[in-house]
Amino acid sequence: MASHESVVAHGHAAPTGWIRKYIFSLDHKVIGIQYFLLALFSVFVAIFLSLLMRIHLVWPNAKLPFIEGGVMTSEQYLALMTMHGTIMVFMVLTTAPQSGFGNYFLPIQIGAADMAFPTINMLSFWTTFLSLVVILAAFFVPGGAPISGWTAYAPLSALGQIAGPGQGLGQTLWVVGLAIFCGATLMGALNFITTVIDLRTRGMSLMRMPLTVWAWFVTAILGLLAFGVLLAACLLLLLDRVAGTSFFIPAGLVVSDVVQKQHAGGSPLLWQHLFWFFGHPEVYIAILPGMGVASHVLSTFSRKPVFGYRAMVYALCGIGFLGFCVWGHHMFISGMSPYSALAFSLLTMSIGVPSAIKTFNWLGTLWGGRIQFKSPMLFAIGFVSLFVTGGVSGLFLAQPSLDLMLHDTYYVVAHFHLIMGVAAIFGIFAATYFWFPKMFGRTMNEGLAKLHFWITFPGVYAIFMPMHFLGMLGHPRRYSSNENFAFLQPVHGVHVFITIVAFITIGAQLIFLFNFLWSLKWGKKAEINPWHATTLEWTVPSPPPHDNFEGHLPAIYRGPYEYSVPGMTEDYLPQHLTPEQVSKAK
Amino acid sequence: MEKEKNCKGSAAVAFILGLFLVVFALVTLYLFVDSRRYGWVPPAPITSFGHEIDRQFFRTYVIVGAIFVLCQIALGWVVFRFRDRGGRATYSHGNQTMEVLWTLATLVLFVGLGMYAEKAWAEVHFIGASPGALKIEVQGQQFKWYFRYAGPDGKFGRVAPEFVKDSAQNFFGLDPNDPAGKDDLVTPVTAVPVNREVELLIRSKDVTHSFFVRELRLKQDAVPGLEIHIHFTPTQVGTYEVACAELCGQGHHQMRSFLQVMSDEDYEKWLKEQAALLQ
Repeated sequence: MASHESVVAHGHAAPTGWIRKYIFSLDHKVIGIQYFLLALFSVFVAIFLSLLMRIHLVWPNAKLPFIEGGVMTSEQYLALMTMHGTIMVFMVLTTAPQSGFGNYFLPIQIGAADMAFPTINMLSFWTTFLSLVVILAAFFVPGGAPISGWTAYAPLSALGQIAGPGQGLGQTLWVVGLAIFCGATLMGALNFITTVIDLRTRGMSLMRMPLTVWAWFVTAILGLLAFGVLLAACLLLLLDRVAGTSFFIPAGLVVSDVVQKQHAGGSPLLWQHLFWFFGHPEVYIAILPGMGVASHVLSTFSRKPVFGYRAMVYALCGIGFLGFCVWGHHMFISGMSPYSALAFSLLTMSIGVPSAIKTFNWLGTLWGGRIQFKSPMLFAIGFVSLFVTGGVSGLFLAQPSLDLMLHDTYYVVAHFHLIMGVAAIFGIFAATYFWFPKMFGRTMNEGLAKLHFWITFPGVYAIFMPMHFLGMLGHPRRYSSNENFAFLQPVHGVHVFITIVAFITIGAQLIFLFNFLWSLKWGKKAEINPWHATTLEWTVPSPPPHDNFEGHLPAIYRGPYEYSVPGMTEDYLPQHLTPEQVSKAK
Repeated sequence: MEKEKNCKGSAAVAFILGLFLVVFALVTLYLFVDSRRYGWVPPAPITSFGHEIDRQFFRTYVIVGAIFVLCQIALGWVVFRFRDRGGRATYSHGNQTMEVLWTLATLVLFVGLGMYAEKAWAEVHFIGASPGALKIEVQGQQFKWYFRYAGPDGKFGRVAPEFVKDSAQNFFGLDPNDPAGKDDLVTPVTAVPVNREVELLIRSKDVTHSFFVRELRLKQDAVPGLEIHIHFTPTQVGTYEVACAELCGQGHHQMRSFLQVMSDEDYEKWLKEQAALLQ
C-alpha cells in the first residue's frame, strides 16, 4: 500500500495561537487528549450518579445533594440510572479507549505524521462535545432526564410525556444528543480506517502493526457499520416522538386511560432489533481497544513477544465479525421467534471461542516471561482476570433456557459491568499509566498508582460478584426500591455491603485523579523510553513534536514485540533499528 | 543492591497478586457451591421444564466453574512463577499445535453446552399448549398486572381500547355490548388449579412489561401490539410472587402480583368468590 518515505504527506504547519493550539487543534495528539479529558470528566459525573443510586437503594430516605426535594423519588432514581448508563457507555467507553488513546498513538505507532483527515478529526471531537452538552441538558429541563434506561425501549421512549416523568423534552434531548454522537463517531471511524490502510510507514506491513493498532482498526470498522444503524434508529424514534409517525408504536395503546389514537402499525420489537444490532457491536467497540492494550502491556512487561500474534489478530477479527451476528441474545424473552433464539444462542456460545483464544494467549505471553509489576502491568493482569470472570458469566446468559431466569436480573448487571465496564476501565488505567510519560513528558507517581490498583481490583470484585447471587435468586434489575417484594427482603444486607464497598472503591479513584492532575505539573520528567519498549511511540520525544517524527518518517524492519531476542545485549529490539544497527548492538 | 531489592519487591507483589487470584477463585467457588445456605438460590421449581432448566444450570455451573477457577489460578500461578528473578525471558512467538487444540476444545465445549440447553427451551416454546388448557389473559399496564378469565361460557368477551377506563375498573376495555364478556372475570391476582395445564395470553396496554414468576422458571415480555402465549403445568400448591421484569416507568418496582396454585376445590371456590366480588 501507499508508503511515504521522508515526505510528510499531510503537512500542516505547527499552529500558532492558543485557540489553534489547544481548542481547535488539528493535531491528533491534542485531539486525543481532548477526548481523554472529556471521558475523565464524564466518568466522574457518571460514577457520582451511580453512587447516589446505591445510597438510595439502601437508605431510601436519605437527603441527597443535587436531588430536587432532597429525598430521591423513583423517577429520579431511574433518571440517574439512564444517564449513568448513557454517559458511561458513550462518553467514557466509546471515547477514551478508541478516540482518546487511539487518536494519540495510532499515527505514531504506524509511523505517520498525523491522521488521514485532521480537520474531520477536529470536527469529530467537537461534535462529541456538543452531543455531551445536549445529553446533559436533559437534567436541567422541565421533567428532567429520561427514565427509559440507556436502552430506551419503545414504546416507553416513543410515546412522549404521557409515558412518564422525563419522557418529554428530556427523552427528546437524549435522542438528539445521541444522534449527534453517532455523527461524530462515524467521522472518527472513517479517519481511523483510512489512516491504517493508507498511512503505514515503510516496512509496516499489517502483520507488523502493534496489536493496539489492530484493535483500533477493527473497532473502527465495527463503529462505521454499527453507528449508522443507531443513527437511523434515533431518527426514527425522534420522528415517532415529534412528527406523529409510528415506527415503534402499535395501534390501540391506552396510557393512563388515554387512547393513543395518533399511532398505528409500529412494532416495539423493531426498536430492539435496531438498537441491539448496534448495541452488541458497541460492547465490542468498548472492549477491543482494551484487549489491544492488554496484549501490548503484557508483552512489554513480561519482556516476551505476544504468544500467537497471528491468532490474536484473527481472534480480534473473529470477535468483530461474530459481534454482528449475536444481537438477538438480548431479545430471547422479547417475543421474538423462539427458533431464532436457537441460532443466536449457538452463535453467542461460539463467540466465546476467539475470546478464549485471546485469554490463553495472554496466559501464554506471561508464561516463561520475566514479569515486572509496574502499574500498567498490574492493571493489564487485572484486565485478564476481569475478562475471564465477566466472560464466563456470559455462557449462562447465552443459553435461552437459563436466560428465562436471569434476563433483566442483577446477574446481567454483574456480567456487563465486569466484562464491559470494569475490564475496559482497567484497560484505560493500564493505557494511562503506560502512556502518560509519553503524552505529558512527566511520570505519574508509582506508589500512588499501586495503591490505586490494590484498592480498586479487590473493590470491583467485591461490588459485582455479589450481584451474580442476587440475579440467581431472581432479583430484577432497574428497581428503584426493593421494599415491595417479600423475596427481596432477605438480601437487603447484600445491598448494604455492595454500597459500602462501592463508596470505598469510588473513593480510591480520587487517588488516580489526584495522581494524574498532580503529575501533569509536578511529576518527575520522563525519559524517551522509560519502559524499554519496542514500538515507534518510544522513539520520539516525550511529548512528541507537532508532526511526530520531525519530517523524517521512520522505516521499520521487524515485528512489534521482539523482546528477549537471543544473542542481543538488550532484552528489547525496537521496530525501527536497521539490521546494521542491530548487528552493532549484539 | 538495586537488583536484589527489585527482585524481593517483585517477589512480594507477585506473591500477593497470585495469592489474591487464587483466594478470589476459591472463595467465589465456595460461595456458589454453598449458595443454598445464604439463600442465593431461587425456590424449587413447580413445573417440569423448570427441573430441566435447573439441570442445565447445574451442568453450566460445573463447566463454567471449572473454567473460571482454572483460569484464575493459572493466572495467579503464572504471575508468581515468572516474576522477574533476573535472567532472560523465553523467546517464543507461540505454539501452533496448542492454538489449534485449545481452539477446537473450546469450540466443542461451548457449542456442545449450548446445544444441551436447547432441550429445556424447546419444551417451553416449541410446543404449543394442548387444546384443553385453562386460558388466562395476562395484561401488564403501568403499574399493575390484571388477569382475565373467560368465565362459565368459556369465551372471552370482545375488548377494545375505547372502552378502557381504569377509574371504572374496566382495565381490559370490555365491550359492554358483547354478551360473551358479561361473565368474564378480571382480577388483580391469578389463581390456577394444581396439575392442570394453564395457557397464559400475555399482552400489554401501554409499554413493554415482563411477566416473571421464579417458581415457574418462566419470564415473558408483555409487548404492546402482540399477544404472546406461554403454557405450563404447576405441580405444587402455593402462593408465588409475580414481578415485572422489563423497565416500564417510574412504578416498575411496584408491579407485584400473585400466582396462587390451588386444589381443584379451592380453585372453584375462588372463582365463585371473585365473581361475587365483581357484582
